[in-house]
Amino acid sequence: MTDLAATALEPEAGPRPTAEERWRALRTVSRGDVIYRSVLTVLALLLPLMLLLIALELVANAWPALAKFGAGFLVHSVWDPVQGQFGALPLIFGTLYSSLVALAIAVPLALGCAIFLTEFAPRWLRNPVGTLIELLAAVPSVIYGLWGIFVLIPLLRDHVWHTARHVLGWLPIFSGVFYGPSVLAAGVILSIMILPYIAAVSREVLLAVPPSQREAGLALGGTRWETVWRVVLPYGRAGIIGAVILGLGRALGETMAVTMVIGNRHEVSASLLQPGYTIAAAIANEFSEAVSDVHLSALFLAGAVLFLITVVVNALARVLVWRVARGSAVGSTAV
Amino acid sequence: MHGRLARKLLGSTMTGVTYGAAALAILPLAVILAMLLFKGAGSIDWDFFTKAAVPLGEKGGGFSHAIVGTLIIVGLACLVGVPIGVATGIFLAEFGGGRVGFGIRFVADVLNGVPSIVIGIFAWTWLVKPMGRFSALAGGVALGMILVPILARTTEEMVRLVPNSLREAALALGYPRWRTSLVVVVRTAAAGILTGCLVAVARVAGETAPLLFTALGNQFFSTRLNGPMAALPLQVYTYALGPYDEWHRQAWAGALVLIVLVLALSLFARAVVRAKRQHA
Repeated sequence: MTDLAATALEPEAGPRPTAEERWRALRTVSRGDVIYRSVLTVLALLLPLMLLLIALELVANAWPALAKFGAGFLVHSVWDPVQGQFGALPLIFGTLYSSLVALAIAVPLALGCAIFLTEFAPRWLRNPVGTLIELLAAVPSVIYGLWGIFVLIPLLRDHVWHTARHVLGWLPIFSGVFYGPSVLAAGVILSIMILPYIAAVSREVLLAVPPSQREAGLALGGTRWETVWRVVLPYGRAGIIGAVILGLGRALGETMAVTMVIGNRHEVSASLLQPGYTIAAAIANEFSEAVSDVHLSALFLAGAVLFLITVVVNALARVLVWRVARGSAVGSTAV
Repeated sequence: MHGRLARKLLGSTMTGVTYGAAALAILPLAVILAMLLFKGAGSIDWDFFTKAAVPLGEKGGGFSHAIVGTLIIVGLACLVGVPIGVATGIFLAEFGGGRVGFGIRFVADVLNGVPSIVIGIFAWTWLVKPMGRFSALAGGVALGMILVPILARTTEEMVRLVPNSLREAALALGYPRWRTSLVVVVRTAAAGILTGCLVAVARVAGETAPLLFTALGNQFFSTRLNGPMAALPLQVYTYALGPYDEWHRQAWAGALVLIVLVLALSLFARAVVRAKRQHA
C-alpha cells in the first residue's frame, strides 16, 4: 500500500526532460508519417518505372527490325510483309502530314475559342460554352471514326470536293481523283479531336496572364482587340505554343478515327485527296495479323518511333506551358 | 497610322470572329450527337441490351456482351489504375514540392501523351504474349495504365484545393501528419477525387486502340477474365468497318449507348467539381 502511494506521488522516476529534449520530441516524425510517405513515394515512383518499361519493351521487341534495316527503316518506302522488306517512310510521312493538316485547321479555331472564352464572351456564356468545347474531347475516337466514314466522307466527296476542285484543283495538294478515304478526311477529323485540347490549355494560359497587363494595354488607348492581340497573346506566347504542340502530340498518336478514314495505303503522296497511312493506324491494322517475326518487329520499331516522337513533343509542350502557368496542373485536368 | 474608326471596326470584327470560332467548334458536337440520335435511336430496344450478337445473316441480336464486357474491363482498369493514380496525386500534392515531385509530375504529363495504341502493344508484350492468349485482364491493365497519369494530375489538383487552415487545425490538435493528410485533407477532397475518377473512367471507357490486341473482342457473351472479351468501342469499330447494313445499323446504336455513357459520366463529374469549387 505504502509503496503504491509513494509511486503515485512521484510520477517521474527518472530525471525530468530538459526543454531541448521536449522540442526534439515534437520535431521527430512519427513512424506513421514515415510509412505514409514511403508508401506514397513508392506508388508514385511506379510512373517513371512505367515509362521506362514501355521504352525498354518497345526497343527490345523492335531490335530485330532495327538490326536488319537500320536507319534505312526511316527513309525507305517499301512495306512488303511477304518479301520481308519494311520501310516506314509512308507511315511517318502520313503521320506528320495528317497531323499538320489538323493543326492548320484546329489552331486558328482553338485560339479563337480561347480568346472568346477569356476575353469577349459574356460571363454567363463562358462556362456552358467552355464545357461544350471540352466535351468534344470526351467523344470516343471510334465515334469520330464512325461519323467520318458515314457522314464526313460522303459530305466531302459529294459536295465539298466538286466545288473545291474547280477553284483549287490546280494546287498539287488538291490533285488527283477523290474517292473519300484520304489524308484530308483524317486531317479534318483530327482537327475536331485536338481542338478541345488546344483550346482548353490556351484558355488556362490566357487566364494566367495578369489582369494588370490588360489594364496597361487598355490604359495606353488600345481597343480590347488590340490589347488581346498585342499584349495578352504575346505575354502567353510560350504557353500557347505549348498548347499547340500538345495538340500535335494528340494528333500524332490518334489511332482509331484515323484508321477508319485515312484509307490505309503505304504511299507517299503530296495530295490531300489521296489515301495515306499513319504509324498508329498501321499498328492497329497489322499487329494481330503480322505474318512473320520481322513484320511484328517492324511494327514495334514503328511504334518506338511514334513513342519517341510523342514523348519529345509532350515534354516540349509541358516545358512551354509551365513557363507561363507554373506548377499548376494546366491542361491535364481540363480534359 | 490607323484611323480611329478602322481600329474600332477591326476590334468588333475580330470579336465577331471569335464568336464564330466558338460556334464552329461546337458545331461538330451538335452534328455528331444529332446523327447518333437520328441513326442509332431507332435500333435501340430491349433486345439490344439483353441479347448478344447473332451469327451473320440473322436479324436482331444486341450488344449485351459488349456492354457487360466494357463494364468488366473498365472495372479491372479501376482496380489497377485508381490506387496508383490517386496515391501519386496525393504524393504530388502533399510531398511534391521538391525535385522528385517535379520529375514525377513531368513524367505523368509525358505518360498522358503516350498514344494509347503504344500502351496497347506494351500490354500485349507483358500479358498477352507470356500468357499465350488474349484476355480481358490484359485489356483492363492496359486501360488502367492510361488511367494512372490522368488520375495523378486530377487528384493532385483536388487535394491542392483543400485550404491550408484545415491542415493547420488538425496539426494543432496534435494529429500526426499522416492522419492529418488522410483523415482531414484527403477526406475533404474525396468528392473531387471521385469525380476526377469518373472523368478519367469516361475517357478510358471509350478507348478502342489499347483493347485491339489485349481484350481482342468477342462475338459471344463471356465473363471469363482470362479469355477474349467484347467491349462497346471494339464492337462499334468492327461493325462500322464491316460490309453489312445490319452491322452499320447496330454500330450507330452501339455508338449512341457509348456516348450517352461517356457524356453522362463526364457531365455529372463536371457539375460536381464546379459546385465544389464554388464552395471552396
